[in-house]
Amino acid sequence: MTRVKQLTGPLQLTNDGQLRHFLTIEGLSKTLLNNILNTAESFIIVGSKAVKNVPLLRGKTVVNLFFENSTRTRSTFELAAKRLSADVLNIDILTSSASKGESLLDTLRNLRAMQSDMFVIRHADSGAAHFIAAEVTPDVAIINAGDGHHSHPTQAMLDMLTIRRHKSNFDQLSVAIVGDIRHSRVARSQVQALKTLGCSDVRLIAPDTLMPPHASTLGVTTYRDLDQGLEGVDVVMVLRLQTERMASAFLPSANEYYNFYGLTRKRLQRAKADVIIMHPGPINRGVEIESEVADGKHSMILNQVGYGIAIRMAVMSMVISGQACQSRETNYGCVD
Amino acid sequence: MPNIYQLLSQFFTQVDALLKEKAIKQPLITGIRTGGVWIAEALHQHLDSAHAPGSLDISFYRDDFSRQGLNTTVLPSTLPFQVDGRHLLLIDDVLMTGRTIRAVLNEIFDYGRPASVNLIALCSINSRELPFQPDVCTLFINLKQGQYIQLSGPQPLSLQVINKVFS
Repeated sequence: MTRVKQLTGPLQLTNDGQLRHFLTIEGLSKTLLNNILNTAESFIIVGSKAVKNVPLLRGKTVVNLFFENSTRTRSTFELAAKRLSADVLNIDILTSSASKGESLLDTLRNLRAMQSDMFVIRHADSGAAHFIAAEVTPDVAIINAGDGHHSHPTQAMLDMLTIRRHKSNFDQLSVAIVGDIRHSRVARSQVQALKTLGCSDVRLIAPDTLMPPHASTLGVTTYRDLDQGLEGVDVVMVLRLQTERMASAFLPSANEYYNFYGLTRKRLQRAKADVIIMHPGPINRGVEIESEVADGKHSMILNQVGYGIAIRMAVMSMVISGQACQSRETNYGCVD
Repeated sequence: MPNIYQLLSQFFTQVDALLKEKAIKQPLITGIRTGGVWIAEALHQHLDSAHAPGSLDISFYRDDFSRQGLNTTVLPSTLPFQVDGRHLLLIDDVLMTGRTIRAVLNEIFDYGRPASVNLIALCSINSRELPFQPDVCTLFINLKQGQYIQLSGPQPLSLQVINKVFS
């Protein structure tokens, strides 16, 4: 995880503390995180109806603007927007005018001229979603779908939903995060969400080269040894090992990494008997996780995908709701 | 206000008469959250239905979302049965503008196509904005401007007229 400028405060909240954009977990209250989780719970049932749509965002236009490749995140955002009855536009940035040199802001201004109401943005640069949120007009909402090494807040919230649905209170849990924590926007957001929700035993497990230098300031316990770190945990969140790290000499080889940090059935015996295993995907079998563990009874990896749709529906409806309240509050106040 | 339990007794009698008149056997009971769910539970016990009552939260179907925002206390809707081809009794505690009924009908049809839906309300007040009338209603009340009716519960149930306080 790379340190970035502190990007919290009123930018993503309305004056009365509701979501207006969703940029980072950092700075959000426990109450607000629980509101997101509660709202997502109500959206899970929508997926089991004969007609899987609700009309909340009817007439709204959501633009998925992905400057990095993505399959799971982009498709679940698209599905979430469609289940909310929004019109969805997917911009393939590799074939867009951005590839001809158009600036990020010019791309957005053109899309805004098409009366878009929400942009879901993934970008390789940390802080990109914040930069855009600070520039857009008040009637446009920004959702961060991952920015550089900084933040991936919807992934963290779907992970929290997975834990809450399969475990007890956060303050009773021991949670281990294993893998390339240093470069992971997912891990950064996971730690923030876990700490905000009251989890007191968060463990980061990684070799020194993949551990963030400021880990000790995060209120977590760090482990170099996987076996020690897994002792008695309730939840293991495995991170994808990004192969480009090998080229950057952070690791000698994938095999070496698997030998020391691959989550295997044998190693998992150190965790609690009812441990759950999570992974943001895509998984590298035989690199960070053994196939039998990824497909085993403890695995929540496919459940996470379904919960991802519900979380994204919740966040999208909440930011549009926040906008509605903000535009009303000067005249009427906002009601429940 | 009349005693709520005397009102419920009268309400059950009216529902029995409706079911007999329409020859509906084994109806599925669904309450509109929150007060409608309490009344649906009471009716479920009275009819001794085989199916547990459903409960619908219309927060995702409201027509004022873009002005009022999302209800932060939204709860999952639960229909513990298939609605296709079945007769539904839709239970509301207080029928007011009719906007909730529009929303809840939209939600029900997202679950399937019932054979019929009968709207059963404990009370109806004179503030209709959409053309819905109940098939059963035990108490019709004309309220003055600034008043509304509130059902408190679930144990004990109580019905009262509230005067809005304007700040």
